[in-house]
Amino acid sequence: MAKLREIAHSRTGDKGNTSNISVIAYDEKHYPLLLAQVTSARVKAHFKGVVEGEVVRYELPNIAALNFVMTGTLGGGVTRSLALDAHGKSLSSALLDLEIEAAADDK
Amino acid sequence: MRTIRIGSGAGYSGDRIEPAVELAEKGDIQYLVFECLGERTVALAQQARMKHPDSGYDPLLEERMRAVLPVCASKGIKIVTNMGAANPLAAARKTAEIAKSLGLSQLKIAAVIGDDVLDACKDGDLPIMEFDGTIKQLGNRLLSANAYLGAEPMARALSAGADVVITGRASDLALFLAPMIHAFGWAMDDWNLLGQGTVAGHLLECAGQITGGYFADPGIKDIPDLARLGFPIGEIGEDGGLVITKVEGSGGAVTAQTCKEQLLYEVHDPTQYIQPDVVADFSQVKVEQIARDRVRISGGRGTKRTGTLKVSVGYVDSFIGEGQISYAGPGALARGRLALEIVRERLRLTGVAASELRFELIGVNALHGAQVAAHANEPYEVRVRVAGRTENLREAVRIGNEVETLYTNGPAAGGGAFKSARDVVAVASVLLPRELAKPSIQFVGA
Repeated sequence: MAKLREIAHSRTGDKGNTSNISVIAYDEKHYPLLLAQVTSARVKAHFKGVVEGEVVRYELPNIAALNFVMTGTLGGGVTRSLALDAHGKSLSSALLDLEIEAAADDK
Repeated sequence: MRTIRIGSGAGYSGDRIEPAVELAEKGDIQYLVFECLGERTVALAQQARMKHPDSGYDPLLEERMRAVLPVCASKGIKIVTNMGAANPLAAARKTAEIAKSLGLSQLKIAAVIGDDVLDACKDGDLPIMEFDGTIKQLGNRLLSANAYLGAEPMARALSAGADVVITGRASDLALFLAPMIHAFGWAMDDWNLLGQGTVAGHLLECAGQITGGYFADPGIKDIPDLARLGFPIGEIGEDGGLVITKVEGSGGAVTAQTCKEQLLYEVHDPTQYIQPDVVADFSQVKVEQIARDRVRISGGRGTKRTGTLKVSVGYVDSFIGEGQISYAGPGALARGRLALEIVRERLRLTGVAASELRFELIGVNALHGAQVAAHANEPYEVRVRVAGRTENLREAVRIGNEVETLYTNGPAAGGGAFKSARDVVAVASVLLPRELAKPSIQFVGA
């Protein structure tokens, strides 16, 4: 078991009530691991209580990255949210805590 | 082949000024862009303008212009900015006045106007994209409606000889696309070139976010000398070839990793990044580190622009009241939880009219909620936070008051109470038929 943080980096962006989180492999050899294990369903489950809408995943093989678009995430929208982190900028750090099953020599 | 170098001097309205001066002095740039207009900034600026007709532009305009105009004038660097906010003409006049006071009366300063489409929108049935309703239904809560203009009017101002171009609402990255269109004469229907230019603008528009800001994670992703973080330069060829770099010797780093993170920042479907000038496709973009602090970006493409412009609609949404107080030492978590229960009950007993309430402990569950944070360790100190949405200021004030009263009416040893109540100007979006926005250029004499 490894944390996603060991093989990938991430950044959160905001638009209205939608948050997007990129997950980018440090080494492109880990891209298949991301594809197989960092699914929309897992991301949605990981953000239980945060994401009210859908999680859609986009794949960018050229840069070994995934982009997750999560609707209904920012407390009704960045400009009206009651949240301390209205932009959801800290969400990427939570996603990198996801457990990944990787072979010992695969890190 | 011709190449231009564009510096990104600000990533948001309050951004640091020193890196922009560094870019102008040492960046060997021909264009310096300041992106300073957040989603709701125009709406807030419009409120300011209603009170004072000569205001409504960026509060840091004067400080920024005084800092960079002398060096930009001496090196012939053109400035493009959206610091005009709700009043680009007043911002241009102010800039001309500053130029004159600096002995730079020769500078040609242009305002791009016409992003204000309130009159074209306010009685209409244009549907709001974020919730059910139309602009008309916002009634007297409606404050502003500003279309995201494309690069064309800014490029035209540059071609007409402007040294400084000041716009209001425009696509952030169009501020960068404009110098490319002006310098290279790109056709406004060369979708692939405009798509690659969009990639360049998108990467540059948040300034320090591509040179190592919003990136460092000690031990995993280290960035050198963040305190002196430098801002980026885009080196763009007339065929769309792009290298991202920064001033030699400045803090930070430009790496394949910083570029990839910024490429996807605020992007949804990477095959359809909708802009006023083009629908860009980022899905085939390649990122290649070619030297230290030099990253080549290729493969941006595009398809035909849509028939509409996105309009940012500012409106008075509600009021927010908030209170915070801290507990520390053994039992801090239990006292924080008790404090939240007390406030919850008191707000109920006193009948505070809130349509939405949040009760949380900063340091425990405020950022990601109780479920995501379930396995965290008990902290040494916690900060209680209660926030609620109300219809008027009076009710909003009552929320913070019920937190403050925890001093003498709550658990032991609560300290550092803080409260606030504010109105909320929020932003929604509509799509306006493109031809209803009529941008124009006005030169202002120094």
